Amino acid sequence: MNIGVGLPTSTPGTSGDLLLEWARRADHGPFSTLGVVDRLAYQNYEPMTALAAAAAVTHRVLLATMIVIAPLRNTALLAKQAATIDALSRQRLTLGLAVGARGEDYEAAGVDARARGRRFSEQLEQMRETWEQGRVGPTPPGRGPRILVGGSSGEALARMARYGDGYMHGGGPPRAFASGAAKAQAAWVDLGRPGKPTLWGMAYFALGGAEVETGADYLRHYYAFTGPFADKIAAGNLTSPGTIVDTIRGYEDAGCDELVLFPTVSAIEQIDRLAEVVR
Amino acid sequence: MKYAVLGGGPAGLYFALLAKKADPEVEVRVVERNPPDATFGWGVVFSEETLGALRDADYETYVQIGESFARWNAIDIFYRDTLVRSRGHSFTGISRKVLLGILQRRCLALGVHIDFGREIHDLAEMGDADLVVGADGLNGLTRRSQEATFRPHLMVHPTKYVWFGSDMALDAFTFIFRRNAHGLFQVHAYPFDAHTSTFIVECPEEAWRNAGLDRATEADSIAYCEQLFAPELRGHRLLSNRSLWLNFSTLRSESWHQGNVVLLGDAAHTAHFSIGSGTKLAMEDSIALMDALRRHPDLKSALTDYEMERQPVVERFQEAALESATYFEHVARYEGFQPTQFAFNLLTRSRRITYVNLTQRDPMLVRSVDAHFAAVAGGVPDGPLRISPPPMFAGFTVGGLRLSNRTAGLVTGAGLYLSEFTAVSHDGRVTPETSGIDSDEGIGAIRSAVARVHSEPGARFALQLGHAGRRGAMRPRAQGVDRPLRWGGWPVISASPIPYTQRSRTPRAMTEDDMVRVVAAFDAAAAAASRALVDVLELNFAQGYLVASFISPLTNARADEYGGALECRLRFPLAVLDAVRARWSGPLMVRITAEDWAPGGSTLDDAVAVARILKAHGCDVVHPVLGQTVSENRPDYSRLFGVPSSDRIRNEAGIPTLASGNITTTDEVNTVLAAGRADLCVLEAR
Repeated sequence: MNIGVGLPTSTPGTSGDLLLEWARRADHGPFSTLGVVDRLAYQNYEPMTALAAAAAVTHRVLLATMIVIAPLRNTALLAKQAATIDALSRQRLTLGLAVGARGEDYEAAGVDARARGRRFSEQLEQMRETWEQGRVGPTPPGRGPRILVGGSSGEALARMARYGDGYMHGGGPPRAFASGAAKAQAAWVDLGRPGKPTLWGMAYFALGGAEVETGADYLRHYYAFTGPFADKIAAGNLTSPGTIVDTIRGYEDAGCDELVLFPTVSAIEQIDRLAEVVR
Repeated sequence: MKYAVLGGGPAGLYFALLAKKADPEVEVRVVERNPPDATFGWGVVFSEETLGALRDADYETYVQIGESFARWNAIDIFYRDTLVRSRGHSFTGISRKVLLGILQRRCLALGVHIDFGREIHDLAEMGDADLVVGADGLNGLTRRSQEATFRPHLMVHPTKYVWFGSDMALDAFTFIFRRNAHGLFQVHAYPFDAHTSTFIVECPEEAWRNAGLDRATEADSIAYCEQLFAPELRGHRLLSNRSLWLNFSTLRSESWHQGNVVLLGDAAHTAHFSIGSGTKLAMEDSIALMDALRRHPDLKSALTDYEMERQPVVERFQEAALESATYFEHVARYEGFQPTQFAFNLLTRSRRITYVNLTQRDPMLVRSVDAHFAAVAGGVPDGPLRISPPPMFAGFTVGGLRLSNRTAGLVTGAGLYLSEFTAVSHDGRVTPETSGIDSDEGIGAIRSAVARVHSEPGARFALQLGHAGRRGAMRPRAQGVDRPLRWGGWPVISASPIPYTQRSRTPRAMTEDDMVRVVAAFDAAAAAASRALVDVLELNFAQGYLVASFISPLTNARADEYGGALECRLRFPLAVLDAVRARWSGPLMVRITAEDWAPGGSTLDDAVAVARILKAHGCDVVHPVLGQTVSENRPDYSRLFGVPSSDRIRNEAGIPTLASGNITTTDEVNTVLAAGRADLCVLEAR
């Protein structure tokens, strides 16, 4: 299993300098991937733009959206952006896509949330077509960036197996990942896809003393839209080297291919502390 | 510090005493609307595991509870006038009244204040407590007063049940199944002291009405049930205690706390009585809440921690309880089962006990299940107990063909190799890579594949024949599924001109000439399969392919005699089946859609009707699968997701089934087979 790290694009107080320095250190560190999350009606950086910036200051580390809310975006433009980041980064992009969980993002974008599932299926197909047809370039080599699909519903899993190259789980303890991964594999078999889906997971961390509470505050704020569930997500934040190691082991046992650990505090020491644990 | 507990049942009292014991400085007050000696219901059941938790939490009450216990390790199943006894299950039961007495006395001794006979109408009446504990049951005030936060979901079960006592001493958890002119009735009974038992009677609403129990007084109901279960009661009486016929409600709550208010036990969640875990879960909640309060100095973290610890545990029990309740709702389906198989199915109903678990608990019962299964599989009468293989390795004879084991799929060693989709005609391919049987080359390739499978001892080859219909002319599936070919596609046909996805080709509605051509192609394919030495034919009438497009109302909008009612929509599929059946004398399996998983689509009721008709037309085995009729549907890929439909089709349409869908262990295969939920299983290679 590979271990990646998230960019602090949605934690409060991240400056452009911090973001770039974080990306540089990730490139040097023991991390395989730099991940970004997506949200529209929130004080965070736009994920494709942030990845483009990260691409400019890194050479090795893979770049991944985890996930981008596809139906908010124009499909041809999204395909073009993705192809551009992929080209600028020398094919280091993995595109995680999903429908997202918040009506307010759809409202802010002026997109009808009710038709999002159907639209997303259409987009998944159109992305690849756009890359293949060459009318909207840059045309990526081969099949284009890998597309992983997120979401926990049966519809999302079917869409993943039909159009995606694998599954991006939305986070939680290893047993939650194991249950999602088993369903993703079952969907893959059910739809008659050859081979196996690539499986990605994510978790949150905050390492240090006072940072633990800052991290929990951020998660409660970020997940306020889930109502009472936000407290549980905040309580699940990984705040010690031991819990991080246990979580890594749990994900690995559950068949995860790539686990990306997202920061909950905007401070450069966080990535250094994580690097020490992961190394 | 002040704690206010609403409800003086086991959960509330146990929490109160644990809290007071942990810190005598805390003021703990319990408010209970009933007087101290009023109690409803009879006995409650605990597992060994719960007893361990009770011992560690409060030794004094544990000792007293232990002295009042009834302990037993058997489950008795009275069915068709035979008794099957299964051993190795460990239960303890206690009178609810005795339990409450022990807890009340301990509370008072520790200095908990209990207000009996006080009804609360508003949580504000609980005063300025630092923590308000809602242990006030299923319809409690605490949960009702903050529904927006707790987000409760109530599900009312369809069967009727009543909670009696009996002066009959039992030495086993006892299930009784009895059919009379009114319907099928079942009893869940268990001892709770040396002289008394809980005796719950359950039946479908229809039987309850037929028996006039909807109009009966309590005494009438007792008289009716005493007479119905006279052979088992052996002269003993049924006892009432406000024993009313009810429908059980399963409660789930998304959240169990808000601010300084927290829910415990039935106030937060209920689990169907047939797995007997309500009080156990409630008292475990109390222990977990106390532990969380001890671990965390701040209330918010403690309540979140309590909820995070208990919710997954409770969810697992609720899932098991739901499986169990569903089993009892449909138990009439299994009335044809021989007693040991009936017992195995009952014991494994909630999925918590599997073949392997039961082998550890009761090896003799499993040996007799195996022996019975092997005898039936071998077509010999059930004789004295013989050492027999587990069900997965009992052979299966279908259409004169013997399979050496009951697994199917692509796993090496499977008794039945299931081929990939093979097209009956060139235009019936899914992708350009789909193999065909309409050429000498195609037949040659199949013959080689059959030879490879036959080189495995005992392995048989099933050829899956189909016509892709509107799911045709797609790209190879390594690039994704249902993605239309950019170049080199071909026109596609279907029942009606509705494209499969938003981007796929619009099919041409089939004409009668097309039908004649496709039937001839299936006929020719069946003939070719014989030449290729195939053992079993599987016709694909599912997954949104051509034949399936006629069966589902979502994809068949025809106005001619091939559309409309189910028997009309089946006209073309049956023409295909009849042609193949006339040509092919070997075992014939048909893959059908058990449910479309889409609004307005085919349901499991339809699938049972379809299976009955297919059987009448000579189909030997039905392979139910789910979804894919339309591209946008609502699948459920849970563990064993295809088994419930296989179970229903097998036992209601009376036809052997092949179950598939997220079956990944041999233990699951043995459990499904031994319980009679399928005759064959696809074991997925992961």
